[in-house]
Amino acid sequence: MLPLVLNAVCYAVNGRAIIERVSVEIGAGPRTIILGPNGAGKSVLMRMCHGLLQPSAGKITWHGGNGNRRGRQSMVFQRPVMLRRSALANVVYGLKLAGFAARECNLRARDVLEAVGLERQADRPARTLSGGEQQRLALARAWALGPEVLFLDEPTANLDPGSTRDVESIIAAIHATGTKIIMSTHNLGQARRLGDEILFLSQGKLVERAPVDAFFKKPATVEAAAFLKEELPWN
Amino acid sequence: MNDLTLAFGEAFALISGLDARLIEIVVLSLQVSVMAVAIAAIVGLPLGALFAVAHFRGRQAVIVLLNALMGLPPVVVGLSVYLLLSRAGPLGPLGILFTPTAMIIAQVILITPIIAALSRQSIEDAWHEYEEQLRSLGANRLRASVTLLWDTRFSLVTILLAGFGRAAAEVGAVMIVGGNIDGVTRVMTTAIALETSKGDLPLALGLGIILVGLVLTLNAAANLIKEAALRRYG
Repeated sequence: MLPLVLNAVCYAVNGRAIIERVSVEIGAGPRTIILGPNGAGKSVLMRMCHGLLQPSAGKITWHGGNGNRRGRQSMVFQRPVMLRRSALANVVYGLKLAGFAARECNLRARDVLEAVGLERQADRPARTLSGGEQQRLALARAWALGPEVLFLDEPTANLDPGSTRDVESIIAAIHATGTKIIMSTHNLGQARRLGDEILFLSQGKLVERAPVDAFFKKPATVEAAAFLKEELPWN
Repeated sequence: MNDLTLAFGEAFALISGLDARLIEIVVLSLQVSVMAVAIAAIVGLPLGALFAVAHFRGRQAVIVLLNALMGLPPVVVGLSVYLLLSRAGPLGPLGILFTPTAMIIAQVILITPIIAALSRQSIEDAWHEYEEQLRSLGANRLRASVTLLWDTRFSLVTILLAGFGRAAAEVGAVMIVGGNIDGVTRVMTTAIALETSKGDLPLALGLGIILVGLVLTLNAAANLIKEAALRRYG
């Protein structure tokens, strides 16, 4: 279904522009990090790509697929929402909606829970898990669907360092199985650890696109340079 | 004062002695109200879920109307059902006026709006929390409303119990459509009204004590269920 092509995409609420004419083509392969300060429009941009929000102008197209938007993509949110049922049942729920057969659901769900290290919590009510465990469960639920593209909206923003490490290594594992990662963050260390390329967003505009090394070594735009300086004042 | 003490004494004697008349009235009350809650739940909960997640023109107006219906005066409901079921009314040929069935119908009309309106509120609150996640997983609105009904099940139990309390404690509507016929349509509230006016205070008091006890027990049960569920499921 990749590449994902955005053509002059805008999003406005009550006449206030959140995203302004973003045009970009995101291809398969490298992990794409959407970087930018709070309020830059990262979440809105990803929600539009995922299909949760409709652009107020412009066009988002998936090429190379039959246009079945949800079929091969899933998303993990900053704050995971767990259903009041067991961890396993939460994963199975997503699989059933995606049309997997009942028997396959259970097998797949068990496998993926093991992959995120939650096999022993499988039968615990999901909402009683810790914040870090819930986010790993959210990753499992998204991963179980075998997505071609996985969107992650600041997945570690609410987590402690230990849980953040767990989540990052799971994201790396998901990428290793061939899933395209598109992740937003305002955490520079994380962008460096997990990213291959940076899309830098500022005040709703796509300001810069560069490979991670080049971006951090020598940002090409004033906005990006200012952001890096702000975030890393000791440089 | 002495009369009152005496009446209380006799009331407790009736309760502890499981007086046959008393038991008959309590059992009929429970049968009517449990049936009414069951039907109102089957209608009201899905309605509440649909109004919670649906998008349609005039949704606000429907919700205002639904909330207003919670305050329907029971005697007016009684009168309307009476007119429908009376011999000259459109449903007269059914011949169910002055039967427990008529009382169930009246109570269903009274409490369905309560169950629908309160569950709409609970489910809509949950929908705000769940919407993005459920849509991301590919749930349409119908599927989402079923998921939300199940996920808010503990709040919904409380709502059903509130509906039951209202049904069991209501007197005007069942008096009109039931007729308070001894052994046929006499329930706790209508019996209390009648026995009080006849001056048979012990039976009236005994029933009153049971009714209040019932309402208290239900509320305590609702509270316990919710607490236990929160601890267990978060």
